Amino acid sequence: MMTEELCTRCGFVPAFDLPAPTRQVTGGFCGDLLSWAMGRAGEGSAWCTVMGSINAVAVASLADTAVLVLCHSAVLMDDAKQRALQQGINVVLTDLPEFEAAAAIAKQLGL
Amino acid sequence: MASESEPICLHYEVPGNDFTRAGEASADLKARLKALGFPSAAVRRAAIALYEGEINLAIHAHGGHINVSVTPQRIDMLLWDEGPGIADIPLAMSEGYSTAPDEVRSLGFGAGMGLPNMKKYTDEFELTSTVGVGTRIAMAVYVS
Ligand SMILES: Nc1ncnc2c1ncn2[C@@H]1O[C@H](COP(=O)(O)OP(=O)(O)OP(=O)(O)O)[C@@H](O)[C@H]1O
Ligand SMILES: [Mg+2]
Repeated sequence: MMTEELCTRCGFVPAFDLPAPTRQVTGGFCGDLLSWAMGRAGEGSAWCTVMGSINAVAVASLADTAVLVLCHSAVLMDDAKQRALQQGINVVLTDLPEFEAAAAIAKQLGL
Repeated sequence: MASESEPICLHYEVPGNDFTRAGEASADLKARLKALGFPSAAVRRAAIALYEGEINLAIHAHGGHINVSVTPQRIDMLLWDEGPGIADIPLAMSEGYSTAPDEVRSLGFGAGMGLPNMKKYTDEFELTSTVGVGTRIAMAVYVS
């Protein structure tokens, strides 16, 4: 399923116009420690986290995740937003906890 | 792509304790390798390994230096610093070991997974270090 459709179905709100809305989502990952995400989040995954920092955006870019899902209404920092726009990283917001966001994603992906 | 006789050489300086700028070298390398048409799996592995190394230079070594050499066959990355050095290398290499201070842990660093990730994502990995002198990491990703 494509990022845009998945996020609409799960009720996630784009933090800005998605730079790469047509990206295919192939799985998910939950976690806030950056080098765990770097090592374990699969390419094309939806990454559920509370880390809205510039470093989280860097990890999303290098690990090549499909979308960063900021859970618990966590804040996307200004410099992180600028970097995400610049590097074409999708960021969406939700007030759901990671567990529920991940469950919604899994349901939509049929996992 | 780069020809075999002439590798593409890149150099980066990583400032200490600047976590906004740390990540620039790996982002730049990734963009260049992509533009050169390298396979995405090799690009991803090199970028991940370099990012972890770059962050370690910023957090643990007051900054450091990076040389990258690229040929169609392999991506060689050399990182070195004049930081405190690592006393027990096998311990530092083990998953979960970290001496990261609280202020960088609150940024999401300090899981003790950086060095293990670097080893995992590269085909060659060699770390040498002398306490009080510095640390040197040579790693390579094979392209095919
Ligand atoms: N360049 C370096 N100079 C001195 N010590 C280092 C250097 N790189 C790593 N270390 C030491 O090795 C430990 C483990 O490094 P590693 O990258 O695996 O974890 P971390 O940086 O603490 O956390 P993470 O990478 O998961 O955010 C560090 O906590 C630090 O004590
Ligand atoms: Mg590290």
